[in-house]
Amino acid sequence: MTTPLPTPDLLTRNPLPPGEHLSADNYLNHSRGLWSWLSTLDHKRIALMYMAGILFSFFLGGIFALLIRAELFSPGQNILPQLPDKIISGQMTYHPWQDTYNQVFTLHGAIMVFLFIIPSIPSIFGNFVLPIMLGAKDVAFPKLNLASFYLWAAGAVLFIGAIAVGGLDTGWTFYTPYSIKDSDAVFAGVLPATAGAFILGFSSILTGINFIASIHMLRPAGMTWFKMPLMLWALYATAVIQILATPVLAITLLLLIAERAAGIGIFDPTKGGDPVLYQHFFWFYSHPAVYIMILPAMGVVSEIISVFSRKHIFGYAFIAMSSLAIALLGFLVWGHHMFVSGQSNVASAIFSFFTFFVAIPSAVKVFNWLATMFRGSIWLKSPMLYAMSFIWVFTIGGLTGLFLGALATDVHLTDTYFIVAHFHYVMVGGTVFAFLAAVHYWWPKMFGKMYCETGGILAWFFVFFGFNLTFFPQFIMGSHGMPRRYADWSIDAWKARFPDADLSFISHNIHLFSLCHKLSTIGAFLQLVGFLILAGVLIHSLVKGRLAPRNPWGANSLEWHTSSPPPLENFKHAPLANDPYDFQSWHWNDDLHGFTQHETPEPGGAN
Amino acid sequence: MTQAQPITPDTPHDHDPHVAHHFHSAEQQIANGKLGMWIFLATEVLMFGGLFCGYAVWRRNVPDSFAYGHLLLNTLWGAINTLVLISSSFTMAWAVRAAQLGQRKLTSILLVLTLCGAAGFMAVKYHEYHHKFEIGTGPGRFFNIDKIKEHFHSEPPRVAASPEHAPAPVTNTSGGNATSLPAPAPTPDSGLAVNQTPVHTQHLTEAHLTAEMVIKSRNFIDIYFLMTGLHGLHVLVGMILIAWLLVRNLRGHFSPRYNAPVDLVGLYWHLVDLIWIFLFPLLYLIQ
Repeated sequence: MTTPLPTPDLLTRNPLPPGEHLSADNYLNHSRGLWSWLSTLDHKRIALMYMAGILFSFFLGGIFALLIRAELFSPGQNILPQLPDKIISGQMTYHPWQDTYNQVFTLHGAIMVFLFIIPSIPSIFGNFVLPIMLGAKDVAFPKLNLASFYLWAAGAVLFIGAIAVGGLDTGWTFYTPYSIKDSDAVFAGVLPATAGAFILGFSSILTGINFIASIHMLRPAGMTWFKMPLMLWALYATAVIQILATPVLAITLLLLIAERAAGIGIFDPTKGGDPVLYQHFFWFYSHPAVYIMILPAMGVVSEIISVFSRKHIFGYAFIAMSSLAIALLGFLVWGHHMFVSGQSNVASAIFSFFTFFVAIPSAVKVFNWLATMFRGSIWLKSPMLYAMSFIWVFTIGGLTGLFLGALATDVHLTDTYFIVAHFHYVMVGGTVFAFLAAVHYWWPKMFGKMYCETGGILAWFFVFFGFNLTFFPQFIMGSHGMPRRYADWSIDAWKARFPDADLSFISHNIHLFSLCHKLSTIGAFLQLVGFLILAGVLIHSLVKGRLAPRNPWGANSLEWHTSSPPPLENFKHAPLANDPYDFQSWHWNDDLHGFTQHETPEPGGAN
Repeated sequence: MTQAQPITPDTPHDHDPHVAHHFHSAEQQIANGKLGMWIFLATEVLMFGGLFCGYAVWRRNVPDSFAYGHLLLNTLWGAINTLVLISSSFTMAWAVRAAQLGQRKLTSILLVLTLCGAAGFMAVKYHEYHHKFEIGTGPGRFFNIDKIKEHFHSEPPRVAASPEHAPAPVTNTSGGNATSLPAPAPTPDSGLAVNQTPVHTQHLTEAHLTAEMVIKSRNFIDIYFLMTGLHGLHVLVGMILIAWLLVRNLRGHFSPRYNAPVDLVGLYWHLVDLIWIFLFPLLYLIQ
């Protein structure tokens, strides 16, 4: 069933009360002052505080990314300086410049993963939208929600403090035995960084508890499990992973801290420990963590694809069940990060099998989204641009994951740029694109302002093409052997590092590597342009944007049944449960520049 | 269509003052609290589960350490701790019931008893830890080989491998108790050299430990401190929560209509007890 695109002739019978969309009293202006924000229990304000912190973290992680790409533009040392080490007999000594590079990529990864991606969609959009989609006044445990935010902030401070204390160059994975060496050989930032990640983990766990309890307990009468918006299924599956996987990260980091601080020999082979055990512990969390990153993104895409195709989502039950399947199967594949770490062939084969298996529910979702779009009325606004980009780019990322799940090819591709490209395709092309889609989709609801659509499209253009230019060449050079985490890809650096090896593959490929690195760097700076344009568009929207109607997109989930921005308690009149993907009752209203509903159904049925 | 009155925080409402605004009934609030606490307990199980997995891995990797190490633990103290904790779980459960029935005085008494049990547990733990540090068997960098050599006799060098007699000396000077012990009954498998993994250790007691054996048990000591240390931290947190409940109860906050906090802390306390019930056999009893 499709609803017609908005035409200027359709008028509502019951226009909104004058000034309805101005929202005289809403959650933003209900109380004023910094303390009213810092002590708020309102999930919407907590979401905005998270947004400020998380966007700042994205910016910081992005700076490190640009430093990486600027350094790698050409061989040899380019822009990264040597960092001071210690003073010996009155003279300052320096770490080699490559150590600076190691710090930069470590901090890029760690900040992006722990401070940005894992909290991003759940903590911002989950927090804002979940209670409203449930027709509820708040989440199940509002005080716990605020505590989650402060835990995130404390973890972030510790994390960033690690830079000040001495830096971190272990890679975001903190692999032993390097990460447990004494600090005169290694930068001292491991301890505050792991402590920060530990605290961030608790923020994640408490959010997960809150969301599960909310979805179980706060659904209104008539909203059975299979009548919820798919965003809630996605958040629920994410929360299940958060509560089951994150405690294992907590204990892993505790053990790492105990090893560094108290010298307990758990992973240290000289003390009878096992460094590969660390990898097992670490990846037991970190693989499900990537599903924490992608499941909410898929939830966002499910919502947006349906609304902007003006068509009921196809295969609702399959998408819902796939979310749960991904959550559960994701716990069975951690060993695919360790195919070359010396685990047995039998274990590797089992992990490989499950890796292929977990791709199936993701594919199910992609096919359902495409089927939703088929014969729909595509309305190509910014949220839809990002959602469609997601499908394309995530599919590439997911398919390249299959190369890595196959044992024979993985052995060649491990620790090359192929891996870097794969996970950036799914994390940036996947989660970040869906994050941007969510920003564009819910912005009018959150702030009561529209943004300049042309600016949004322009920003998308730079981000999308910049992203592909950054990472697609990395697949190519990775499959030709370009290793990751190398500060210097010049032939001389290789010869210095491997004086006796056969480096003919370098000289054959050096021109390819050079081209790919240059393209990749250009792409990164194109992305920067896109993000700067986007920042401008959003700031302009806040300052001078047109006031938003309650339903600019003609969606039907419950958040679009309240004003933009919503009042403090979310609804002035408690809403009834509905089918969130039935758009027939919404019609375009030119005066309000949005969709409105008829009070009663038209005789003869709406078309 | 009639419009319902808009709901604002200033709208006069007649609900139970204990029920938060975003819930529509006390039952909903209680059910939410219970679900939230059970999910939290699941996360705790996962966290300790990681440590138990580690225990299994190390037990397989360094069996020597486990064979000797557990002899350093005093099973009696462990058993006392187990009893104390189980009793405190009992008093806690009873306290929950008393709170539900509105028996304020009884609730206070039972909470105090629970606290006493917890404190007793921590006291025993302190005593055990203190002793370990004293004889040099602390975790990580507190593992002091010199102190160990002072407290435990060294193995005299074996001249010939004897299949029938363990070379453990007759007198035992560990811990300052100088008692003479009969030589252990010779069995075919108890011939032990310093660098041989013992096949059966049930014939050994702490008295038979040599300094070399203790030094080998370093990994076990680390794991022991990690697992009981993390557990002890949880006991401390539990004590703080129970003390908080006690203060609230003395102030008359709880009634048959509102006693969820007692229930929820009780759930947490039972889990802390349950974890100890797993720890005790794995560390103290297994041989």
